Amino acid sequence: MTLGTVLQLLLNGLAVGCIYGLVALGFVLIYKTTELVNFAQGDLMMLGAFTCYMFTVWYGIGYWPAFALTVAVIGLFGAALDRIVLRRVIGQPQFAAVMLTIGLGAMFRSFASMAWGSEIYTLPTPFSAKQTLVAGVSVSHEYLSIIAGTVLLCAVLYGFFARTKLGIAMQAASQNQLAAYYMGIPVKRMFSLIWAISAGVAAIAGVLLAPVSLIDTNLGFIGLKAFAAAVLGGFGSIPGALAGGISIGLIELFAGAYLPEGINDVVAYAMLLIVLVLRPQGMFGTVGRKRV
Amino acid sequence: MRFIFKTTYRQDLGLFRDRYQRDWYIALLLGLLALPFLLPDYRVDLSLMLIYGLCGVSLMVLAGYTGLVSLGHAAFLGIGAYAHVHFTQDLGLPWVASVALAALVSAAAGVLVGLPALRMTGIYLTIATLAFALIIQAVFNRWDAVTGGLSGKAVERPVIFGVSLRDDTSFYFLCLAVLIAGLWLTRNLLRAPTGRAWVAIRDSEIAAQSMGVNLAIYKTLAFSYSAALMGVAGALFAHQVGFLAPDIFTVLLSIQFLLMVVVGGLGSLHGAIFGAIFVALLPVAISEARDVLPDWLGRLFSVFGQDTGFAVAAAVDGFVKQPGLEPGIFGLVLVLFILFEPHGFYGRWVKIKLYFSEFPLYRRATFKRQKSYARSERLR
Repeated sequence: MTLGTVLQLLLNGLAVGCIYGLVALGFVLIYKTTELVNFAQGDLMMLGAFTCYMFTVWYGIGYWPAFALTVAVIGLFGAALDRIVLRRVIGQPQFAAVMLTIGLGAMFRSFASMAWGSEIYTLPTPFSAKQTLVAGVSVSHEYLSIIAGTVLLCAVLYGFFARTKLGIAMQAASQNQLAAYYMGIPVKRMFSLIWAISAGVAAIAGVLLAPVSLIDTNLGFIGLKAFAAAVLGGFGSIPGALAGGISIGLIELFAGAYLPEGINDVVAYAMLLIVLVLRPQGMFGTVGRKRV
Repeated sequence: MRFIFKTTYRQDLGLFRDRYQRDWYIALLLGLLALPFLLPDYRVDLSLMLIYGLCGVSLMVLAGYTGLVSLGHAAFLGIGAYAHVHFTQDLGLPWVASVALAALVSAAAGVLVGLPALRMTGIYLTIATLAFALIIQAVFNRWDAVTGGLSGKAVERPVIFGVSLRDDTSFYFLCLAVLIAGLWLTRNLLRAPTGRAWVAIRDSEIAAQSMGVNLAIYKTLAFSYSAALMGVAGALFAHQVGFLAPDIFTVLLSIQFLLMVVVGGLGSLHGAIFGAIFVALLPVAISEARDVLPDWLGRLFSVFGQDTGFAVAAAVDGFVKQPGLEPGIFGLVLVLFILFEPHGFYGRWVKIKLYFSEFPLYRRATFKRQKSYARSERLR
């Protein structure tokens, strides 16, 4: 074990963790505002990756326009999903929304395999197969792009939620719907917008992940690991989701390198169970008793 | 409308409401006994349906009656299946003892999940069971000595008390007997204090606790009972599929079980059975439709001319032959049920029955769903 390998693992783990963190961020955004848990988040990411592939390769528009277009399309799709389907289950038991999003996820996978076939694609990007040698560690640009993209996205989202009027209205809607209504905030529209943002974040995660992973219809199962990330960070904390994602990514890569084979597949879920048993509120979350 | 006047305590203890209900169930049993002879081509699907029925009952106890939604029931099924095959084939135990042991092993796993579940509610529990199922699936993959690993394990036909059940018909009767026994046990358990405690936990944990229901004991009990039933179902399932491989017991199977209880109707044993029938028959229906539908639609559209008919038939044929169609249809069904009939087939059946029994006086508002605002589960 040399310093170089450790740095390499650190970098890769950070990149993979960023993806988990982004998907977890999507869960958390929706959970914080609407108290629905979106099991289809991973599948939205898969749709994002496929859409971007379709725009870049089939229609031959460049990577960057395709990226922007994908985020817009998937964001709109998320908003439409809220308007048409998910708004109807608000106020019903949480379980209804869970089943609904599981069903939607299955439909998305089915749709993807019909629309784009069951082949496995790779997304060509400007940073494909480029590397820089830094201190004996070959840093692949794809991984760098994931980390840079995540940092940038987080900065933008932070600015949006903390500084803009719309972002603050969203925070208000998520903290107390009734009070937000009284203040003249269109809460329903805020919900749709949150869904759009969350789907857009999933699409960005998908597009960033596509060059290092392969695009196929099972890409959405990464959502399961993102659950571990969200729970680790406390299911309702935005910085927690990112920290949880990065922790899970690092743990997974180091477990893959230094623990017996096969552990790395389940280490994320084992972490999830351990966290739920020992500290259900996660690293940053706050969980109180339910109101009677 | 028929009114039941209860004049003896015996009526409260009886399994059926009145003798008409009992007669209907006897008729149903006779029908089920005759079914494999009436539909000889579908014997395999029919026994799968019965096994799914047992799975549905198992999950119904947990999700429908105790309110603990599990996304990991395929793992219990797998544990039961592998344990049973290991006990009969590797250790040479007799069939009945092996099934009982498989149920015990599965129940022990249920306790293992149930204990941490005491600290979690709602969505956290669902996620925890999901994580458990994924870990168990990895164990199935790796533990070559017992599970045969990725290459799988062939399962022999069941031999009970020296009698080998070689053909599908006798296996169907075995499944039917086990399902009826399971239903009978569960129905009685649900009417007993245990079942009432479970329902109380489902409706409000805090209220149940204040009434003196020990949450720890009853939640663990629900988990272990449900897992034990799943273990028995797993033993039958092993014989049904004939070959165990880890990729059978995936999250998708767990989702199918949840689909079963939701589509059937949460909170009723009838619902579990309706759901099982639906889930077992939908793939059969889809594969039948694959053969028939293009032709039918083609003929239908050929009223607009021969060419239109051919074009429609070809288009429909291309569509239904898509490999990813089936899970999509499952998803669509789930979405439609959650949106439009959250009480499932059983809820619809109750409504239809009430419509006819009250005939001119039926009011739609009887079952009207209350609209409510988002109910926060968070404390603020």
